[in-house]
Amino acid sequence: MNRVGNQTPNEAPPKLADVNRDVIRTLTETTPLYWWTFGIAVMVAVLCFTLPWAYQLVTGIGVAGMNRPVIWGSYISCFIFWIGLSHSGTLLSAVLHITGSQWRKAIYRSAEAMTLFSLVVAVIFVLVHVGRPWFVYWTIPYPNQRELWPNFRSPLLFDVTAITTYMTASATFLFVGSIPDFAAARDGTIGWRHSMYRVLSLGWRGTQKEWKHLGWAYTFFAVLVIPLAVSVHSIVSWDLALSIVPGFHQTIFAPYFVVGAIYSGTAGIVTVMYFLRKYYHLERYILPSHFDKLGRLLLVLSLLWTYINIVELTTGWFSHHSFELEFIDYRLTGAWAPIYWSMIAFCAVLPLSLISSRVRTNLHVMLVLSIFINAGMLFERFIIITTSLPRKYLPNTWADYAPTWVEYSIMLGSLAIFVTLFLIFVKIVPSMSIYEVKEELLHNAKHQQEHKP
Amino acid sequence: MTLLQEKWRAYRTPGYYTKYDYAWRLIVDLDSCTGCGACVVACQAENNLPIVGERAFQEKRDMKWLRIERYWEGEYPDIKMRFLPMMCQHCNQAPCETVCPVAATYHNQDGLNVQVYNRCVGTRSCAAYCPYEVRYFNWFSASWEAPLEQQLNPEVSIREKGVMEKCTFCIQRIRQAKDEAKDEGRRVQEGDFTTACAQSCPSKALHFGDANDPLSAVSQLAKNPRAYQVLSELNTEPSVTYLARGKAAESAS
Repeated sequence: MNRVGNQTPNEAPPKLADVNRDVIRTLTETTPLYWWTFGIAVMVAVLCFTLPWAYQLVTGIGVAGMNRPVIWGSYISCFIFWIGLSHSGTLLSAVLHITGSQWRKAIYRSAEAMTLFSLVVAVIFVLVHVGRPWFVYWTIPYPNQRELWPNFRSPLLFDVTAITTYMTASATFLFVGSIPDFAAARDGTIGWRHSMYRVLSLGWRGTQKEWKHLGWAYTFFAVLVIPLAVSVHSIVSWDLALSIVPGFHQTIFAPYFVVGAIYSGTAGIVTVMYFLRKYYHLERYILPSHFDKLGRLLLVLSLLWTYINIVELTTGWFSHHSFELEFIDYRLTGAWAPIYWSMIAFCAVLPLSLISSRVRTNLHVMLVLSIFINAGMLFERFIIITTSLPRKYLPNTWADYAPTWVEYSIMLGSLAIFVTLFLIFVKIVPSMSIYEVKEELLHNAKHQQEHKP
Repeated sequence: MTLLQEKWRAYRTPGYYTKYDYAWRLIVDLDSCTGCGACVVACQAENNLPIVGERAFQEKRDMKWLRIERYWEGEYPDIKMRFLPMMCQHCNQAPCETVCPVAATYHNQDGLNVQVYNRCVGTRSCAAYCPYEVRYFNWFSASWEAPLEQQLNPEVSIREKGVMEKCTFCIQRIRQAKDEAKDEGRRVQEGDFTTACAQSCPSKALHFGDANDPLSAVSQLAKNPRAYQVLSELNTEPSVTYLARGKAAESAS
């Protein structure tokens, strides 16, 4: 047992019946605070996302601030950001499942939900970004009545394929892992909820055979999801790296994006865990030691991320290619330099404090850090787009880019969409895995018995 | 091994065609170019380009399939201005063609880089990938106040909002010339037609023609020692060749 300990000293571990009750309570009991948050989130989503988007659809995408050299803007940055945020949930859950880590059990359900909803928001950004979203289904590779295939050489098509696959796999992974909990919820609820969970639990009875199949299926999806998660963000990076634009065209991009994605995703999990623990009173399940472990992971990822950033700049600088030098100069000192240096501060400097275990186990500090890291990662995606495209090859076309109110509003609205989806989720799916937490309790109890003097 | 290499090369070549029916080329003689902008206006009229207005220009959302880039050299008063007419280079290894997810831009049988407006989804990735910045996006739907809509060219479609467009080498003229030549049972010859920009150039700085015909003006001019291609180090294999300013022109200016 490490220094932090597996349990907070003043609280006894919950009993098995408590677990069922505690988790199902989060589904059936709705506080006014929930309704307020939900109402505000929906309102922000409508006001800040739907209406500006409708305005953009009717008027034309020119209401956003993009121009000729900077033909991609904040929408693509947000798309990459949300894909990145989606990364850790399922990946972390799958890796920890395979390596048999016990502490994942309290958090993995909400982490996987985060994956799914970030992916949904990312796909929404694709729709917001393209000029004619009503034709976006043309990019989906399936035999169609138009007898036209998409272009298989296009990294954007790889992207569509990878994200669709990842989304399907993560949704299935989430669903398969939730079946026994749906059954538990079915048995613990009445009325329309009972009917809903009866459908969702697929007739789960909890026989030995069913558990065996579930174990197999779950491990199968865990193994499947890990390479998928790595490939998805590599492919997202290829959207940029397969061009010949200075600042995009870099071999480091695939690992850079994967590391960045896991980094921002892990920080996202910390944020979500903090709020779940606080507002669902799950203090007995989500322990400071879990934050401690995620903090260690964040520290490693921040160091990796910093290293890759240094590599990115130095290789460009060493090439002594005039266009590369121009772009590096623009990135470090140009119009968006304040954002660049804040990114460095948020993602490379601040997380160094995680070296101290007092920081890692102080949940408020962890919350603040995790939000800063994700702000920094949003800046990173923004910087990649808006400092590379303004300095392409022909100096005559160089121009700066500034987002308009429509883009800022849609950015805020997308966050509200994410929160709304998450709030709906926590009322429908047990946000903590009942059966696995029970497993852990049994395991701990047995463990303590064995070690009795 | 060679077979494999050939296959790989064929695979890497955009489009289905390894050999083109025609190889349309544009030669820009920078010695003759005075930067008058007649080609820009001709292009605007021929291809139904919208008049976007001053504000859009300041926002860098101008629509000019052919633009004249100006570069200055030296400090005032010893200052020199250089012109670089820039239009779609119809690259034979075009970055824009590989990236379009719906293949709205592709290489046709004439070696042209064509844009299918109706197929375009508006991801704008082609413009992000284009090193020459010659792809223009329709940020808004264009409109022409009466009676200006009367002057629109009926041979060229009007593009709606959310669609990418660019220089086509006046593909409507190419089509017409090919149709007429087919009726007469021959290939398109030198002098049958030319693009709007080349037609309107008062100093004859622009030459358009078929490089598959060894006797055409473009084939001859391409052998000129002054010939170069913009950003040739990117290996995009452009179809537009520039003739650099010679020493005599340098001392005259």
